[in-house]
Amino acid sequence: MASGVKPRVKVPKKAAAGDVITIKSLISHKMESGQRKDKEGNLIPRSIINRFTVEFNGQSVLDMTMEPAISTNPYVQFEATVPEAGDFVFTWYDDDGSVYDTTKSVAIG
Amino acid sequence: MTKPMGKTLTAITLAAVAFGSVASADETAELVVNGDLNMVTRTAAPAHLSDVLDEINSGWLYRKDETQSLQTDDFDNPGMIFVDLAQDEWDTVEGTEDKSCASCHDDVEDSMKGVRAVYPKWNETAGEVRTLAMQINDCRVNQMGADKWKYTGGDMAGMEALISVQSRGMPVDVAIDGPAQSTWEEGKEMYYTRTGQLDLSCANCHEENYGNMIRADHLSQGQINGFPTYRLKNAKLNTSHARFKGCVRDTRAETYKPGSSEFVALELYVASRGNGLSVEAPAVRN
Repeated sequence: MASGVKPRVKVPKKAAAGDVITIKSLISHKMESGQRKDKEGNLIPRSIINRFTVEFNGQSVLDMTMEPAISTNPYVQFEATVPEAGDFVFTWYDDDGSVYDTTKSVAIG
Repeated sequence: MTKPMGKTLTAITLAAVAFGSVASADETAELVVNGDLNMVTRTAAPAHLSDVLDEINSGWLYRKDETQSLQTDDFDNPGMIFVDLAQDEWDTVEGTEDKSCASCHDDVEDSMKGVRAVYPKWNETAGEVRTLAMQINDCRVNQMGADKWKYTGGDMAGMEALISVQSRGMPVDVAIDGPAQSTWEEGKEMYYTRTGQLDLSCANCHEENYGNMIRADHLSQGQINGFPTYRLKNAKLNTSHARFKGCVRDTRAETYKPGSSEFVALELYVASRGNGLSVEAPAVRN
């Protein structure tokens, strides 16, 4: 597992049913592109987050493939409609097989 | 947007350095973090500056709108990533004594409240003025039995930021009298001493020409209330000593070492020039 990886998500705690809310997500990750060389001239192996998914109550909201050109600590912001109370599940997939996830609940009211 | 804050250019001619006077930042903006934490970004200058400045300004005022807005929300502030990482470090047991920071200091939110605002500070036992970084390394070596951190390294900057966040919004209030006075005088001397091939002192830019452009850079007053600062140019936290080193290097002089007694004195003096501004760390700058 790459070191210092920490997911952060910002979701409003409450929304009205049918509201469009803004969701911000950020994961600290060095996103090593695989193009750089170390001091000895050896290629530093690629190590990035290659996929990011968001589900709401089991339904897919977002599923993105990420490429090596994405910069360090990738930040993704998007809007989603909340039809009912429930949980957003955010999942990041690392090149090394690690999976990081975090869950945020939204209440209606 | 257009209120001129910089001084008009006096008759200074500097070889190879041209000061313009175009300002593009919003210098009238108010800094409110997370919607409820009001920061003092401009206030009356402390008494010891009464001969040279009327008002002191946070460097935040001199940055562009996009950069300014990054600091208004902790989620958008990339510096907070490092604060989070340092929180884990705070709880990590290291060294021969089997201790973490938390072993002695418990919850960082309580024990470190107000600490950043008064550092650098005279340490009676050690008989010297100490910076936050010196104190952190003292704890690591003498209390934890762990290795020192590099003075301007990532671990150190992160820990300084974590400690500083607990004082965010509190006014900087470093003591310059009593036993710290001689160190402060030494720092003041450095501030006004021209160095390097370009023959520039700190004051030439940050006191005489703040608000003006030095080529593409918008000069601030060089306040350090926002340090450690996240810089967009290198995507990491930067300590004040690393910035001092950069500035001295830019005058084309041989620099002092980060953590040296010279830079500690300079840090005390520069911090005292910001007495009254809010602690902003981790600030976001370009």
